[in-house]
Amino acid sequence: MFLLFLKSLVWIFRPPFQFRLIANQMEEFGIRSLPVVLLTGAFTGMVFALQSYHGFHRFGAETLIGPAVSLSLTRELGPVLTGLMVAGRTGSAIAAEIGTMKVTEQIDALETLATNPIKYLVVPRILSGIIMLPILTVFAVGIGMLGGYVVSVYMMGANPTIYVKSSFDILYLEDITNGLIKAAFFGLVIALVGCYYGFYAKGGAKGVGQGTTKAVVVACMSILILDFFLSKILWGIII
Amino acid sequence: MIELKDIHISFGNHKVLDGVNLEVKKGESVVVIGRSGSGKTVLIKHIIGLLKPDYGEVWVDGIKVNELKEKELNQLRKKFGMLFQYAALFDSMTVGENVAFALMQNTRMKREAIEKRVKECLRMVGLEDVGHMNPAELSGGMKKRVGLARAIALQPEIILYDEPSTGLDPIMADAINNLIIELREKLNVTSVSITHDMVSAFKIADRVAMLYEGKIIETGSPEEIKSSPNPVVQQFIHGEAKGPIPSLE
Repeated sequence: MFLLFLKSLVWIFRPPFQFRLIANQMEEFGIRSLPVVLLTGAFTGMVFALQSYHGFHRFGAETLIGPAVSLSLTRELGPVLTGLMVAGRTGSAIAAEIGTMKVTEQIDALETLATNPIKYLVVPRILSGIIMLPILTVFAVGIGMLGGYVVSVYMMGANPTIYVKSSFDILYLEDITNGLIKAAFFGLVIALVGCYYGFYAKGGAKGVGQGTTKAVVVACMSILILDFFLSKILWGIII
Repeated sequence: MIELKDIHISFGNHKVLDGVNLEVKKGESVVVIGRSGSGKTVLIKHIIGLLKPDYGEVWVDGIKVNELKEKELNQLRKKFGMLFQYAALFDSMTVGENVAFALMQNTRMKREAIEKRVKECLRMVGLEDVGHMNPAELSGGMKKRVGLARAIALQPEIILYDEPSTGLDPIMADAINNLIIELREKLNVTSVSITHDMVSAFKIADRVAMLYEGKIIETGSPEEIKSSPNPVVQQFIHGEAKGPIPSLE
């Protein structure tokens, strides 16, 4: 997989640049994943506010709900849950599509037509993953914070002005940028893992199915493991 | 000219090619025959550099294919067209986009010129009106013809055919054979085909080579092959279960 990453890295900077393919993949990665990401973000923010209220209410600290929701969404829940949802949706699609191309000799056909499959298939997916995951995360965090606001203000009776002010006052710029950097890494992992298991699919439909399953499992596990180390590195430097 | 010199390749412990030697002259049509699983596809994939031999040399027009770097290999591949066994059309594209693919990727032709060439190629295979369709909407025979149109789009000097008539009804198989002959006559291409369909082999070949147990055991004109004294060749071309080739393997 690392070798595939290195080869892709070389091809990213070699012309001709396939802008149309990158745009197609950005649509697949981003626009088509948006509904599921928005739904996940909204309900995560809502349930987080709901649970936080009961926790903070025990020692009269309800004003901390807004900061807790915004901090956890920007630093952790936004990028990680977006990554997991996209890994399930787009990561599996990448592995299945490339795997099918592999077992039906379409990748061999690409090569016989003097086209490098890494340049044509992997690079656009990696680039769109790196670009689109942070954008999706912004949407997830935004809708999650809105969900938290709706639950806190309309269901728990929190003061809307204090809620909004405390939600934003607690945030440093690094909370947002580091969350987005993590999302970009998750985008890279989802695309790379999906492409890898697609490329090495063997043995017809069964092989493609196994490759797709592995792609989702490995991408999700990688996101969770990478999340810990990236958090340590990114915030460890600042603190 | 294509030359395969002492090609050996194994997958795991399974030796597939065990010293294959084959020469194909410019403009010649050579058909490699052999049982399913005998390594015919592996052999043809060596010619276009999709596989590299464990040992041996592949030469095309004086260039050693198995030592080429990616860029040089892609340059060489522009001389080739390849028809795959199941056509291997890109199912995310229309028929027209499939045929246009190599032109879009490898030439600086304008859109109008590409469209014209796509129509020309589709006309040659008798499918002028299917450019807008998706590969999934086509029959097996139509897919093969589109695959052929895609293979000739860049006006190749060499065309490789992987089982061109397999899976087709006899009439469609004959239509594909006629198309192969027509393309060779019109475009003067060198062609290497692999098949286990003897009717097709004898119809399209200038020369037939038989692959058995990883080696080319016999080559000759269709007539020479038909009258070969080799019992392995005779058993294969007559499709008999009894003989030196074990039928259930």
